[in-house]
Amino acid sequence: MIEVRNASKSYGETLVVDDVSITLPAGGVISLIGANGAGKSTLLSMISRLLPVPAGTVTVEGMDVTTTPGDVLARHLSILRQDNQMTARLTVRDLIAFGRYPHSKGRLTVEDQGHIERVIRYLELEAVAHRFLDELSGGQRQRAFIAMVLCQDTDYVLLDEPLNNLDVKHAVAMMKLFRRTADEFRKTIILVLHDINFASCYSDRIVAMRNGRIAHQGPPEDIITPCVIRDVYGVEANIHEIDGKRVALYFR
Amino acid sequence: MRGLVLAAAGVIALAAASLFVGVSDVTIGTILSGSSDEATQVLLVSRIPRTFALVLAGAGMAVSGLILQMLARNKFVEPSTAGTAESAVFGMLMVTLLAPETAMLGRMLVAGVCALAGTVLFLGILRRMPLRSPLIVPLVGIMLGAVITASTEFVAYRFDMLQSVRAWETGDFSGVLRGRYELLWIGAALTAVAYAAADRFTVAGLGEDFTTNLGLNHRRVVSLGLIIVSLVTAAVIATCGMIPFLGLIVPNLISLMRGDNMRLSLPWVALFGAGLVLACDIAGRLVIRPYEIPIGTTMGIVGSAIFLYLLLRKNRHAA
Repeated sequence: MIEVRNASKSYGETLVVDDVSITLPAGGVISLIGANGAGKSTLLSMISRLLPVPAGTVTVEGMDVTTTPGDVLARHLSILRQDNQMTARLTVRDLIAFGRYPHSKGRLTVEDQGHIERVIRYLELEAVAHRFLDELSGGQRQRAFIAMVLCQDTDYVLLDEPLNNLDVKHAVAMMKLFRRTADEFRKTIILVLHDINFASCYSDRIVAMRNGRIAHQGPPEDIITPCVIRDVYGVEANIHEIDGKRVALYFR
Repeated sequence: MRGLVLAAAGVIALAAASLFVGVSDVTIGTILSGSSDEATQVLLVSRIPRTFALVLAGAGMAVSGLILQMLARNKFVEPSTAGTAESAVFGMLMVTLLAPETAMLGRMLVAGVCALAGTVLFLGILRRMPLRSPLIVPLVGIMLGAVITASTEFVAYRFDMLQSVRAWETGDFSGVLRGRYELLWIGAALTAVAYAAADRFTVAGLGEDFTTNLGLNHRRVVSLGLIIVSLVTAAVIATCGMIPFLGLIVPNLISLMRGDNMRLSLPWVALFGAGLVLACDIAGRLVIRPYEIPIGTTMGIVGSAIFLYLLLRKNRHAA
């Protein structure tokens, strides 16, 4: 369980995260949605101790993220931000292997190798595993980064816009993989998503943010409604139910 | 692994050549026959120390460049484009002026502390810069270095020390004798520490967020790296003076061939650095025999040529 209590953060004068309190239960896929600048990424960074928590507290499984040693936390929670610039020339396999660092501190065991091979297989990176990151397409690189984070094998996996750079085929495969990881391995996957229909079709729970606050939260059927979408994004949407999943049309 | 053995064999061959190149006639024959006591003396007092110094300084400076490039996440950074070397020279001048009785080790430590301060200042400036284009980073370092050099030379000019400053700024191994190069073994020990911590530096090279995610304290990794780089640079400058380009071109060449996983690339960088310094120094001893060209000059020529090649190649790659 992740508990955020009265967390706030401002950049200069602007309050980006405004007194947020939320409890995210363990297990399942949770999507964080909201307009640009709503504070989703900042909240995710605070939960994952990439940003300091100037006000309030964040605990993961009861551990305060600001005081728990980084290497302990790294075995429970992993985070991938968006826009990862990489100057180091690493092969895909080496990058993924570094996901095991919190467990093995660089001395890979047989078990580590098993994790690495499995993740490479799941993300269909076999063909490029020996290639350097700077020789790959943006989508392949994004999948390699996600592979590294999944290889870390933490109970909580936080991903900021993981579908960036992915085509439709790979985006769907990625969401299915998150679903499977949550269902089969009892992980908690927390995603910042821009595509509300992906959020609707694959999440157990959606959290909608607006102006640094949690505006709405609940299962997709409560969030994907014309009323909530108008409130969060300021656009009119028609909601259709297809194969039991809600889909929002907002293109007109 | 086979490649590494071959590279090591190449360095050993160059080191052996370095033992027998010079003004005095030292050959295996004269040493073994014992006919020339002078040849044995030259070998023990000058040639062997000089060869060790070349290997240690070359490996140390190349690895320092590699570490700085990982920490600054920029391929154009090395001790002489990050304010490190210039600050070390400033430290050498200060300790020579203010406490001329200080032993070599003390001088080196003062230079090391100054080098550390200069590099921290450089990274501090980088942190505050809004736009971090890859080419701006070394330019900032070169400008910072120029400002530090200007103050160094102003003080040196006032106290008639310009000649010493020149000696620290230009690498030259002709003055290396037994008893005057041993500081470089500290550099070798630090290079070994760098190898032990290679994974941490690679993680730091992925960026601060990745480092934090993998449970490492980014600030601590950077501090360890900067201490190693500063002390190695100080040891090299105190013993034989600055060797330009080395820390820049060797890690870049190895990065193209082997990538940046430091656990794998560091031995290559160290061997290649040692080999290049040996080759440049031997060439400097041969070109205008019986005189010598200092390595600062030969490396400047070879280094700038390789650097130009890397730049042009890189552009083609990026396009």
